[in-house]
Amino acid sequence: MSLVEQEDAGALATTDAATDSRAARLMKRRSRIRLYEVAIWIAVIAAYFVLPSKMLILTEIAILALFAVSLDLVLGFAGIVSLGHAAFFGLGAYVAGLLALHFVAEPVTGLVVAGLITGLLGFLTSFLILRGSDLTRLMTTLGIGLMMAELANQMAWLTGGADGLSGFSLNPIFGVFEFDLFGKTGYVYCLVVLFLGVMIMRRIAFSPFGLSLKAIKSNAMRAGMIAVPARKRIVTAYTIAAVFAGVAGALLAQTTSFVSPDVLAFHRSADVLMVLTIGGTGYLYGGIFGAILFTLVKDALSIVTPQYWMFWIGLILVVLVLVGRERLNRWVDYLPKRMAGREDDR
Amino acid sequence: MLTILFDGIAYGMLLFILACGLTVTLGLMNFINLAHGAFAMAGGYITVVLMNRYGISFYWCLPASFLVTAILGLVLERTLYQWLYKADHLDQVLFSIGIVFMSVAGADYFMGGQQQLINLPPELSGRMDVLGVGIGRYRLFTVVVCSLLAIALQLILSKTRFGSRLRAAVDDRRVAMGLGINVPLVFALTFAFGSGLAGLGGAMGAEILGLDPNFPLKFMIYFLIVVSVGGTSTVSGPFLAAMLLGIADVAGKYYVPAIGPFVIYALMIVMLILRPNGLFSRGIGR
Amino acid sequence: MSEIVLETRGLSRRFGAFMATNDVSLKVERGARHALIGPNGAGKTTLINLLTGVLPPSEGQVYLEGEDITGLASFRRVKRGLTRTFQINQLFPEFTPLETVCLAITERQGVGHSLWSTMAGYGRVIEEAASLLERFGLASVMGERTSILPYGKQRLLEIALAFASRPRVLLLDEPAAGVPEDERHEVLSIVSDLPKDVTVLLIEHDMDLVFSFASRISVLVAGAVFAEGTVAEISADPRVKAVYLGENA
Repeated sequence: MSLVEQEDAGALATTDAATDSRAARLMKRRSRIRLYEVAIWIAVIAAYFVLPSKMLILTEIAILALFAVSLDLVLGFAGIVSLGHAAFFGLGAYVAGLLALHFVAEPVTGLVVAGLITGLLGFLTSFLILRGSDLTRLMTTLGIGLMMAELANQMAWLTGGADGLSGFSLNPIFGVFEFDLFGKTGYVYCLVVLFLGVMIMRRIAFSPFGLSLKAIKSNAMRAGMIAVPARKRIVTAYTIAAVFAGVAGALLAQTTSFVSPDVLAFHRSADVLMVLTIGGTGYLYGGIFGAILFTLVKDALSIVTPQYWMFWIGLILVVLVLVGRERLNRWVDYLPKRMAGREDDR
Repeated sequence: MLTILFDGIAYGMLLFILACGLTVTLGLMNFINLAHGAFAMAGGYITVVLMNRYGISFYWCLPASFLVTAILGLVLERTLYQWLYKADHLDQVLFSIGIVFMSVAGADYFMGGQQQLINLPPELSGRMDVLGVGIGRYRLFTVVVCSLLAIALQLILSKTRFGSRLRAAVDDRRVAMGLGINVPLVFALTFAFGSGLAGLGGAMGAEILGLDPNFPLKFMIYFLIVVSVGGTSTVSGPFLAAMLLGIADVAGKYYVPAIGPFVIYALMIVMLILRPNGLFSRGIGR
Repeated sequence: MSEIVLETRGLSRRFGAFMATNDVSLKVERGARHALIGPNGAGKTTLINLLTGVLPPSEGQVYLEGEDITGLASFRRVKRGLTRTFQINQLFPEFTPLETVCLAITERQGVGHSLWSTMAGYGRVIEEAASLLERFGLASVMGERTSILPYGKQRLLEIALAFASRPRVLLLDEPAAGVPEDERHEVLSIVSDLPKDVTVLLIEHDMDLVFSFASRISVLVAGAVFAEGTVAEISADPRVKAVYLGENA
């Protein structure tokens, strides 16, 4: 800290070496692992031991979190509002389900295949969201989401139509870890995948690529003027996001041994937007915080009013926006600073 | 063939009446109101309640549903919407999805989840034969009413003082304010009018489009397509877009029922590739 | 010395019925200090937008080093050595100056697509960014959020950022606009110390700066080139005086 003040006093007097090392340290500070990150991972691991009877809802949270984190790459980094992110989630679920039903019952293989196929869909559809305004992007993403849902509905011979896809069971993970009745293996499995997913996306977030995405979101015109090829970057980001959304969907199919047509429903796309909004966009962990809060609230609501919880979710959304997302998310802004402090300048 | 074309036109006309309020919301305030369908649904339910519970004539129900939803729109605009004009699009999207969810659950709570049926007056039901073409009487009624409305809209926008103020405000809000136009008032009235039209469309469409609590979700994509393909600067743009969508959808569902539901998405994608800034965008670069 | 690096032929841009740029044919020589002046609303910024691909022209072409770049996106023009600053700062408010400049350098080096190594791993990029920021007097604030910097510093970052792309042709859109008097000299000295091998096209209102800096001047009025010549020719041209006096009166 004292170094900063010294340099304020005489920027010209400092040697190159001192400035350089300071610049390097400043840059490293950005990608430093924060305390809250460690805390959240400890908490979710502790949940395994503390809440043995809540494995199913914990699994649900982990899956929703991965789904939301994948959307963050599109929304929080690239700044694209999507109303159809469930298209990838649902496709991943169906791919994993069909794979287990007809070909391979090994879960990790299923995840990889689901990720690859949804990634392909993401890549192809990304070209449709490149041009036009927010409005056309909303229309396109919503349209693609609905189209996938309709497709699943029409191809009943493959997907089971409105009845969904069932009757498959999964082999032990890598042939070793068997899924148990209480969902313990399932939770650990989802947690490991979530962790890997977040770590990969975290790496991406602090790369030049991640920085360029934020630049596009912040000021697309200027980004172009420092040679950022916005379209290429959006295609890549959208594809990566689709892969992880697909993996999240595949996890759902694998842990529940069931794929309902609901995986492609519009409300799922809306839910995940809401999750991310509650948790905060642009720093990845918002997806996890949001998933925890959202799932708990939704769970409580569906116990109180099984049929009309949608009303309350809607009300929460309206209030959330009127109160102001920024004001609500400010705690998240403070959190990293307060908890990570500025100890790194020492 | 012609029957289908006619059905498509009736359908497209309805879509236009339903969506044209949204084009103004978007064009004037740059507000993405995904809850527009909720107003239409409100109009539909008002008609159902008035007709089935109180036995009021269908012809009276239509203006009533226009009025009530217009007032509803005005109230919501003044209390909620106006605070979000300057918010970013994500906020607007979340807010209006919230409204949609509330309206869907609310309709379910008060009216039940089933399809609502209305008993049309006898002179409007059935088909008649015109030069060998079977034409549904009710669809003919729809086409006539909607055409009159579209013409009236065009006249209001181009000939009246209110219309010119509205156009000025859509073109450049700041300049309009500078000219002493009370933009918030113009907008509140327009919002109310647009909501009213949606309500009227919902009332008329209950027979053709169906009416159940999921109405706002089901038709959200149609509205978005009409608006983003048709643009927000003219009446004719959304009108043509709605007609195109209506005809394509009806024809698709009739001729190729297996892939019928996909026709509109295919249309949307083709449109995006060919004219990313809308079918009738203003020049290059907008 | 007479090699033309930047040229426009019959460049026009209409907004509805309004001709913002009207048949502009401009030639800028390599290494030139070329100023573009004109009264408010003469279409100077529109012209810069056309040159850098922010707006597509209605008619005409833009050539950079003899090649037609009219249809190229902004980022491709930057890759070919043409970049600009903006009249109103166009920065990334949430970034630090260090991140901003590092990003521009990685893009220039073609590693901006790299998504598997953290920015902190690019030691030489950070080094270059730090020394560039120091040259622009931004070393002390390079770790602060851009949005909280004083306007003068933001203005310097605006120029430093254009430099990070190592342009051969640099378009400066009123570099000193809006800078408070006490921070002005910093911006002006940076502008006058620009490397000689960089071709500069400067838009400016401040006539003292234009006359001290430029070797050639084009005067734009109502979207069209009204007069063009050396500093001496332009300052002696009665028609130019009339345009400016007319505006000032």
